[in-house]
Amino acid sequence: MPSLIEELRAAIGTDNVLTAREACVAFECDGLTAYRHVPDVVVLPASAAEVQAVMSICHRLRVPVVARGAGTGLSGGSLPVAGAVLLVLARLNEILELSPRRRLARVQPGVTNLAISKACAAHDLFYAPDPSSQIACTIGGNVAENSGGVHCLKYGITLHNILEIKVVSAAGELLVLGSEMGDAPGYAVAALLTGSEGMLGVIVEVTVKLLPRPERVELLLGAFDNIDACARVVGDIISAGIIPAGLEMMDGAAICAADAFAKCGYPTDAQALLLCEIDGNRADVGQQLERVMNVMQAAGATHLRVAADAAEQLRMWSGRKSAFPAVGRLAPDYYCMDGTIPRRRLPEVLREIAALSAEFKLPIANVFHAGDGNLHPLIMFDAGKPGELHRAEECGSRILELCVAVGGTVTGEHGVGVEKLGPMCKQFSAAELQMFHAVKHAFDPFGLLNPGKAVPTLARCADYGALRVHGGQQPFPHLPRF
Amino acid sequence: MERDATEELGERVRAAAAARTALRICGSGSKAFYGRPVRGEPLTLTDHVGIIDYDPQELVLTARSGTALGGIEALLAKSGQYLPFEPPHFGPAATFGGTIACGLAGPARASAGPMRDFVLGVRVLTGAGEVLRFGGRVMKNVAGYDVTRLMVGALGTLGVLLEISLKVLPQAPGQLTLTFELDAAQAVERMNDWALTPIPVSATCWVERRLFVRLQGSAAALSEARQRLGGEELPAAANFWQSIKEHTHPFFAHAANLWRLCVPAESPPLDVLGRTLIEWTGAQRWIVPADANIDLHATSAVAGGFATRFRAVEARAEIFSPLPAALMQVHRELKRTFDPQAILNPGRLYADL
Repeated sequence: MPSLIEELRAAIGTDNVLTAREACVAFECDGLTAYRHVPDVVVLPASAAEVQAVMSICHRLRVPVVARGAGTGLSGGSLPVAGAVLLVLARLNEILELSPRRRLARVQPGVTNLAISKACAAHDLFYAPDPSSQIACTIGGNVAENSGGVHCLKYGITLHNILEIKVVSAAGELLVLGSEMGDAPGYAVAALLTGSEGMLGVIVEVTVKLLPRPERVELLLGAFDNIDACARVVGDIISAGIIPAGLEMMDGAAICAADAFAKCGYPTDAQALLLCEIDGNRADVGQQLERVMNVMQAAGATHLRVAADAAEQLRMWSGRKSAFPAVGRLAPDYYCMDGTIPRRRLPEVLREIAALSAEFKLPIANVFHAGDGNLHPLIMFDAGKPGELHRAEECGSRILELCVAVGGTVTGEHGVGVEKLGPMCKQFSAAELQMFHAVKHAFDPFGLLNPGKAVPTLARCADYGALRVHGGQQPFPHLPRF
Repeated sequence: MERDATEELGERVRAAAAARTALRICGSGSKAFYGRPVRGEPLTLTDHVGIIDYDPQELVLTARSGTALGGIEALLAKSGQYLPFEPPHFGPAATFGGTIACGLAGPARASAGPMRDFVLGVRVLTGAGEVLRFGGRVMKNVAGYDVTRLMVGALGTLGVLLEISLKVLPQAPGQLTLTFELDAAQAVERMNDWALTPIPVSATCWVERRLFVRLQGSAAALSEARQRLGGEELPAAANFWQSIKEHTHPFFAHAANLWRLCVPAESPPLDVLGRTLIEWTGAQRWIVPADANIDLHATSAVAGGFATRFRAVEARAEIFSPLPAALMQVHRELKRTFDPQAILNPGRLYADL
């Protein structure tokens, strides 16, 4: 360790290498606070060249490295690892280039997601992916986790909105992947690195695609007295040839919790509601809005409202965006799951989740990205009561198994990290997991980058875990979660 | 037609791996011209066919790789849906798998995005003969590394595609193509101007001093855009875009040496003697150089892009722009990972992959 610390200090400056416990404790966890480890060494490089220097030293000394952006991730992707250097990229926080004409921004990894859209707003452009933590989360972390948000159905996830990334390899080499045009010769290595959770390289620069802001945005709320009918409407809207910018669903429990919390005027007697945002060309939006209203009416909507203006849109969204903390007030603890399923299976999966809720005697609220089939069931429990924690974990496992069984995935947007190593064993065969390890080996033969995350060892294929929130205390309580 | 040839294909690959025999993966051969020549025993996928799953409201289609691309597109059209990246067929019997392995996109690429954006999952045979599944049939999925998209455009050098799941989209209610007489520099500027607006442009093309722009949307949106843009309306526009996508437009006749350059969209006309056709808001430039021996890899690099010798008279020439050494090393490692005996389409993409 002494020679490591000395070398790191020589490379990036004494002040940028933290070893005192009181300084390092600030980095002991990310958004998954149930897991904590105080790092031994935290380094804060200020440039891509300094990241390369850090990686070269660690590679030569065979010291593992965990990269971290803002630490808002929900699956423990930047949880410190014993014996590893924690590489914090927050100081690489400059927008290097913003070209409205070329519709792109070249930014350092520590720039926050929202800062990009703010910087280009004056040019009537925006960066599409909007994870709920967007005021705090960094673009480097977004790429590492392939983050989503509420507008994925139409605009895609991070993968679809980045053009080029610069990555420092485990050995300290700089790789440029993709290009300003989005394509590049050879294999799609940029896509492989996107969502690789810091296991294959450290992202030191990102070129993002900027889109012209839509001319018109409409938000429609439809309420139903029957959850099946509401779930079927999701498919009906898409069958009508419409791709909404956002299509979000909440069940009765979530509606009441959100309305009590945000006072957003939701019909609290409804069993389910849909928020449908339509944006784009002015004339197109008008036609699509009418069609969606017809679809909802035909499906027996008990309540239908189009937000009159931007202020009402914000109010309608506020309930949905505060649904997590709102549910947090209903029970001392909750688990948030993140499975994705084929959309047409929504009605039966929701029925099955209700049955699991009854079986485990634990209330479950459902708030989710219905358009993408990305579920976020919130299992409420009280860790103070003997056996409830275990029951909640068991119930969560069953929900993820259900997602895999109907042809879905255990994580739609939060990542595997340390949290879903168990469920990964359900989704992939031993041979597939071995191939993931082989891909890791191709980039990082000594296993130095974020060891132990994202892909379970075959021996590990055992217990499950999930996001646990205690006493209504969310990680980053000031951030809306959706 | 429906046939699952996974078993036979697996046996063939495992036997080839044991004997270290190179395999040349074949569909209908419609894109056999693309890439470097491969020597090897043919591994034919045209008997591995069938739509496995398609539900229009799901926007996801899963099919076996030997399935005819034309059949898939016809099936989608029945439900008013389509493949948003508009892949070229380059032959009447083009297969689904070959299309994905080549990774080529048509005129809509600039507005819809590249093919890999729409590929959700694959089932592949590795060079060791293992059948593995990556990704899935859902829109959002971050479990495991994105091996799925690594297979797109890999020209079969990392695995034999068995099944592919794609995201598809509903067709716009209407389309309209307008044309303008402009020189290349003006056309590129105009394309980029439009890209900054909410005008629903789905494709652009400049050829023979004319700029063509295809709009899509509701009748109201189209008539509004028509007024805003001016220009002349092109009758039978679908035929024109088909001819651009499939290279049957007269520009591509007598193009024994055809280069595809991918450069920053706003790049001025490139300084190459010969004929040029511009697409994708200026980012894709087809060039038939006057000098058949010219090498445009360097020209494209100077412009900040890369080049592909798309159709070449001389089969041995380097087809794809060279990669930096460190990135080439990553490619070699990936090849070794998925195809340890280097038996799958060896050399089709680069000499040592």
